[in-house]
Amino acid sequence: MADALATITRVEGLGMIALRADLARAGDAIAEATGLALPAATSITTDGSRSLGWMSPDELLLILPGAELAEAQQALNQALTGEHALIADVSDARAVFDLVGAHAADALAKLAPVDFAALPADGLRRTRAAQTAAAIWRIDGGYRVIGFRSTGDYLATVLNNAALAGTTLAAR
Amino acid sequence: MLILTCPYCGVKAEETELAPGGEAHLKRVGPEGDDQQFEGYLFARKNPKGVHFERWRHAYGCGKWFLAARDTNTLQVFGTYKAQTPYPTDEIVAEIQKSRPDWKPDWSAAE
Ligand SMILES: [Zn+2]
Repeated sequence: MADALATITRVEGLGMIALRADLARAGDAIAEATGLALPAATSITTDGSRSLGWMSPDELLLILPGAELAEAQQALNQALTGEHALIADVSDARAVFDLVGAHAADALAKLAPVDFAALPADGLRRTRAAQTAAAIWRIDGGYRVIGFRSTGDYLATVLNNAALAGTTLAAR
Repeated sequence: MLILTCPYCGVKAEETELAPGGEAHLKRVGPEGDDQQFEGYLFARKNPKGVHFERWRHAYGCGKWFLAARDTNTLQVFGTYKAQTPYPTDEIVAEIQKSRPDWKPDWSAAE
């Protein structure tokens, strides 16, 4: 029997902080407080452990090990004192999945109107996965998909269905 | 299939990633307006067969509202521009006139 298009693992224990601010004003302070470079539009920067994703012209998402969350939130609160900004712990609002395998892009192509094989190395794409919102970027050997925890079971089901063995998109 | 480029994030979004918001450049009738004007603001729409300006939201993306110029008949897209634009830009008008030389704006910059 053929292998699944990708191995899908639900990732637990990540901390996530949603940041909203005028990035032209507060960008440098955010970069310094998080220890990461400010990502360009539709991209994500990382140091291997933490990542900073561009979500909209006035929104970033910091993803980091859960144990570092409280400290990072405090550093951001301090760095953005006086700024009109939002620093919200959204860790529990998200479901995270890693798709690793040679045909992971095929599985995603069935769920989103996006060519993920063409996603830049540092690209972050917000789109829909079937009927639920998702943000997707590259990890070693595949892609990381985050969605809402409230639709996490649905997301797991459609991802696993899209990755069923023997369903690659290229001509066989 | 309709593909519109979001002017805020540059993503070429497919129709199912967007939420439609109806006609663009509606002007709200203020407190001094009469009932008929207010009814027009609420309900009267151009609904043309041809060049049209619309509001769209990049709902499954950056979340921003933007404006699009397209032909409702052929689905040709002339361009997209930011929502903070009081009327279609000169670039959009030029793009429309490239393929519709007789088309004329029905607004003036003074409005
Ligand atoms: Zn956008």
